[in-house]
Amino acid sequence: MGKRTDIKKILLIGSGPIVIGQAAEFDYSGSQACRTLKSEGYEVVLINSNPATIQTDPSFADRVYIEPTTPEIVEKIIEKEKPDALLATMGGQTGLNVAVALHERGVLEKHGVKIIGTPIEAITQGEDRELFASLMKKIGEPIPKSAIATTLYDAQQAAETIGYPVVIRPAYTLGGTGGGIANNPIELQQIVEQGLLQSPEHQVLIEKCLTGWYEFEYEVMRDNADNCITICSMENVDPMGIHTGESVVVAPAQTLSDAQHQQLRSAALKIIRALGVVGGCNIQFAVNPKTWEYAVIEVNPRVSRSSALASKATGYPIAKIATKLSIGWRLDEIKNDITQTSAAFEPALDYVVVKIPRWPFDKFRYLDKRLGTQMKSTGEVMAIGRTFEEALQKAIRSLEVKREGITDAKKESSSTLKKIKERLKIATHKRLFYIYAAFRNGLDVDEIAELTGINRFFLQKIKHIYDVEQQLMYKPTPSMVKDALKLGFSREQLKSLGVSEEMMQWQHHAKERKVYKMVDTCAGEFTAHTPYFYSTTGISNDASCQKQKKKIAVIGGGPIRIGQGIEFDYCCVHGVLAAREMGFETVMINNNPETVSTDYDVSDRLFFEPLTGEDVIDVLKNEGVDGVIVQFGGQTSINLAKTVENAGFKVLGTPTKSIDLVEDRDKCARLLSNLGIRQAEFGIAHCLVEAQEVANKIGYPVLVRPSYVLGGRAMQIVHNDEELRDYIHEATKVAGEHPILIDKFLENAVELDVDAVCDGEDVLIAGIMEHIEEAGVHSGDSACVLPTQHISEEHIRVIKEWTKKIALEIGVVGLLNVQFAIHDSQVYVLEINPRASRTVPFVSKSTGIPLAKIGTMVMLGKKLKDLNIRQARLDYVSVKVPVFPFSKLGGVDPVLGPEMKSTGEVMAMGKTFAEAFYKALIAAGMRLPTKGNVFISVKKSDRKQSVVIAKKFKELGFNIYATPGTGAYLREHGLDVEIVNKVSAGTPNILDLMKKNKIDLIINTPTTGLRPTTDGYLIRRKAVELNIPYITVLTTANVCVDALKQVKRSDLDVVCLSDLEHS
Amino acid sequence: MKNYAYLILEDGLYICGRSRTKPTQTFGELVFNTSMTGYQEALTDPSYKGQILMLTYPLIGNYGTNNNWQESEKVHVEGFVVSSLTTHPSNSECSADLAAFLDSHNTPLVEDIDTRYLTTHIREKGVMDCTIKITEQPLTQQEIAELVEKTKEQRSPSERDLISEVAIKRDITIATGNKHVVLIDCGYKKSIVDELKKRGCGITIVRPDATIDDVLTYKPDGVLVSNGPGDPARAKTVISLVKDCVDHHIPLFGICLGHQIINLAMGSKTYKMKFGHRGANQPVLDLQTKTIAITSQNHGFAVECTNEMEVTHINLNDKTVEGTRHPELPIFTTQYHPEAHPGPWDSRTLFDGFVEMM
Repeated sequence: MGKRTDIKKILLIGSGPIVIGQAAEFDYSGSQACRTLKSEGYEVVLINSNPATIQTDPSFADRVYIEPTTPEIVEKIIEKEKPDALLATMGGQTGLNVAVALHERGVLEKHGVKIIGTPIEAITQGEDRELFASLMKKIGEPIPKSAIATTLYDAQQAAETIGYPVVIRPAYTLGGTGGGIANNPIELQQIVEQGLLQSPEHQVLIEKCLTGWYEFEYEVMRDNADNCITICSMENVDPMGIHTGESVVVAPAQTLSDAQHQQLRSAALKIIRALGVVGGCNIQFAVNPKTWEYAVIEVNPRVSRSSALASKATGYPIAKIATKLSIGWRLDEIKNDITQTSAAFEPALDYVVVKIPRWPFDKFRYLDKRLGTQMKSTGEVMAIGRTFEEALQKAIRSLEVKREGITDAKKESSSTLKKIKERLKIATHKRLFYIYAAFRNGLDVDEIAELTGINRFFLQKIKHIYDVEQQLMYKPTPSMVKDALKLGFSREQLKSLGVSEEMMQWQHHAKERKVYKMVDTCAGEFTAHTPYFYSTTGISNDASCQKQKKKIAVIGGGPIRIGQGIEFDYCCVHGVLAAREMGFETVMINNNPETVSTDYDVSDRLFFEPLTGEDVIDVLKNEGVDGVIVQFGGQTSINLAKTVENAGFKVLGTPTKSIDLVEDRDKCARLLSNLGIRQAEFGIAHCLVEAQEVANKIGYPVLVRPSYVLGGRAMQIVHNDEELRDYIHEATKVAGEHPILIDKFLENAVELDVDAVCDGEDVLIAGIMEHIEEAGVHSGDSACVLPTQHISEEHIRVIKEWTKKIALEIGVVGLLNVQFAIHDSQVYVLEINPRASRTVPFVSKSTGIPLAKIGTMVMLGKKLKDLNIRQARLDYVSVKVPVFPFSKLGGVDPVLGPEMKSTGEVMAMGKTFAEAFYKALIAAGMRLPTKGNVFISVKKSDRKQSVVIAKKFKELGFNIYATPGTGAYLREHGLDVEIVNKVSAGTPNILDLMKKNKIDLIINTPTTGLRPTTDGYLIRRKAVELNIPYITVLTTANVCVDALKQVKRSDLDVVCLSDLEHS
Repeated sequence: MKNYAYLILEDGLYICGRSRTKPTQTFGELVFNTSMTGYQEALTDPSYKGQILMLTYPLIGNYGTNNNWQESEKVHVEGFVVSSLTTHPSNSECSADLAAFLDSHNTPLVEDIDTRYLTTHIREKGVMDCTIKITEQPLTQQEIAELVEKTKEQRSPSERDLISEVAIKRDITIATGNKHVVLIDCGYKKSIVDELKKRGCGITIVRPDATIDDVLTYKPDGVLVSNGPGDPARAKTVISLVKDCVDHHIPLFGICLGHQIINLAMGSKTYKMKFGHRGANQPVLDLQTKTIAITSQNHGFAVECTNEMEVTHINLNDKTVEGTRHPELPIFTTQYHPEAHPGPWDSRTLFDGFVEMM
């Protein structure tokens, strides 16, 4: 049949920023799609607002637009580019929703854009619950009893008919947003009201709750000749009631008999055929554990998080093959890269894969940690082993939650039996450890199965680990130790159980040792050509090899979490690509199944491993690398620098002693003062008394934090002794023995971020970013603009000079990020990071300088002066705006502070700052109103500035509402303001107005305090729930109102990055 | 556990695992199967007679065993090799765990083996004869060397008449129906019978050494030549019986060994493959409709079509013959297993084709 020749130019819509429910997996699928289409000779137009993606790099697509993925903007791009076709299934739910909207508005038809791959009808049949239900009925596949509701009344009626408990699933939302399980009418009302608001279609599904049923998933593919195959079956360890994105997942399915597996497989194929999907599709089943009755729960007629996992779990590149199917190839016409045999086959695994989600509960201490139908996790890890136990323990190590394995459950084990039982029943992120604790406290498998609903199979395996641990603690023998290693115990873990090094020597065993096995899609049946490995114990080492060229390893960033997002994967991928280009053989070590870096054809050799010292060093030894790049994987990899060096490997670029120097506040301060560089006064304290002394010496307010931090964890601004005492009490829980750092907090300062590269002789300053929010808001949570808009030339000169001095003095070779503040017209250095920062992709895309690539080349010995680097491109203003998970994390106060809370970011470019900022807000999902009512309530110190802002809104024709305090002040300054009751003053108050849709924008700056109880908190939370735009920092409000003044939404222009690249 | 369990290959390679089986020694051709489910179906498939079965999936026994999953009364493999065995299965249909099941069938079980190592060894070198030695004490180098010699010298199982070891000794009619099928038993799987029964067929199972007169007494509307173990070229009596059936224009359907036998009867050749096809993921292309089926396979020999039979299906991986048809006569054959168990149900419609043909 062959590929289509009637189309030449294809549009792809990306998934936008990283949010809960939509993480890096769509960079993986989108970049595979881009590469595939390009290699097939098509011209690719890509739109994605997320600058930290690999797919938005100029080399991946022909025409790259970093623009908001809204139907209006995409239409503008369609008008400009006139693509022949649209591939809608590679950009997650976001991409799909936009495609459906464009179709429904007739935009696609008007411009003659054909949908390729899965047709719109199939998408809507899969997504629209009513259509889906009737299709399932037609083909005789069972689904849980359900009804659609668009009003609360309908929902109540439906729930009565179906019978409680019921699941509420809002239509067309991500990661189960706004859904939940209701056991009674009161809970139903709560959830349905939320769900209707969250659903873009204002539609919820009320479904019979199958809590306790087992959950299975099938990844299936279909070509346009109706050939269908299954790529992977997966089994959720957590039973129904917990979103699959929140569940521990195992591949392949473990507990299905052949007949049961074939029955579900056949059902999956029947469904994909009935839908008419061309490409990939994910189908979820629930199975009654006692009767083997099954029901179809959900289908995703697109590439999904599960398909990213299935791709990495099997080695079968689902996104790539789905793309080929969309342009007309048949499955049998496509080759399996790995085996060079046909892609029309079903992978056979000879290992077990375990995925565990990574939750942000370490960041949001007051968050409800119960797991349910709505996703709260930000990322995930995957591990591979030859036993379930091995894969599970490796996955736990990969999470980077300071646990060596499941046995690392000290705290849980010392809980009371009552608490353990409670935690078994109500799942949280710690349930695995409570299961282990339960064994330690004498519960048996049946009791735990009863409480958790988890299949005994998995519990027995965990029990197995427990049994082996008990034996080891009693009297270890070499053979017992070998058994433990087969169950994924790390040597570190064994050591903590008292096992001696000698006992762990492989010499005790004839032929076995720690080896690396290959992921080859075929369980060894054919010779594989792609080196993708995992560690295990065994005889043959598939990763033994002759080294042909100089070899370097790049250590990845692990799971996506707040503070460590996709930016680091972007840097890792560039590190690998640049080193390959320079002729090095590259080794990638990482454990995140969603990412591009863990694609088997990005690096020469891929190792899917936990990123602990032990696991990483073992890989480095196996590979005999000549050097290791630790600058790209965020804190994860930089923290390994010393371990790598102590093991005798060369850390490329900035030497470890420079990294140490920067971490050591005292030494670093001395160095800066010797250089004549100003920094805020600071001190170090080990206890409360010391802390209060320091703080009083420096003078409040002060910024306090533990000395070792990631993404500003447990960092806070405190204003007096009392707050300081509260803080120290909290912080010791998070940071343990590490001392507390106390910095003078620079009030109302402008913050700047600088990204630079240094080769030891020269320094390239690639970009200086001005933050929109004042210092005190974590740099990852602050919007920023490049080039700077309000900074004097003199200040810029100082910043450049100091950056250069710092880079040369501390001996940076590679990337460097320095944060500055300007306070009272004085420049201060706030922080130095001798590694890739999260702004590297933003700077690269704004300026056209491929920062990560240059950094890599410098680390590998090139000199900046020889690289012929282009001038930074500054003809457009670029703005970065973070996105936050508040709507998914009930109860979290949506205010900004020194602790990072954002999950991702968007970027936009414009001819003016106002235009770029406006577009970035749209991309971030903020619906800035152009008229209506603005509600203003600010803290005392902000009142003066709020007058200016209120006036501007007034000039634009907005009505101003305010609380009595702020309102009186505004009136005094001549503004016509409607005064509204505070929440605490009883009804009618501001919340009532909000509920009545009377408020279009909220400006609320928070009063200080750690605990979420204030009026402001209630207003902000309500704003999140009602989806009302809100601003919590006045500088942002000011920029917003200026943008509204200067820019008309309909006039927004789109910029093609590729044009700039070539200009 | 556990005794020492040695796998000693004819090329001199040996590895030691562990076993919960009593000390014993057994011999067979070591083959691997990549199917991730269906161990009980495979163990009881008579086609594995003379072979030691190694599964590439490392966790075996997860869902236990159940009488309904038997493909015959007995376990036919000579030995069973796995990476690890799950002793606490979990499945609503499980009635006994796999270790107990194997024990009750006296099947030697070898555990704790780097099965991927052995699999790639066989992939490179081809299937080979193997001795399993289960002992309480480790073997000396001397003993191992002797066992290697013995393994080399022993007559290969495929040189034996394996069909007669597994097939019925007396004909039996097990069902009556609209169309009557004579199933020539070379070691049939129960699921083949089940598929015929589902379609309302009458069935008589006949001995592999039945004569055409025996067959004709059952007034067959069609003859199905079953799967079975060993080298098809050795099945002389069945080949000649099939020739007689062709002469009588009886509609014929052959599965696996049956496919090879029918093609031999029609004048084709068969050859031994390096390591065969054993798994549930083999892609087969229908040359006429250009559609793909994912199939269940278990064979170590293949057909080289040199006769009047048309090749209708090929394997997409290695292009070997997977299905044939006679241009005029009502004869068709498949190398793969449309009855599944284990494996995908994609090709069950072939039985409909057979019923229509009769």
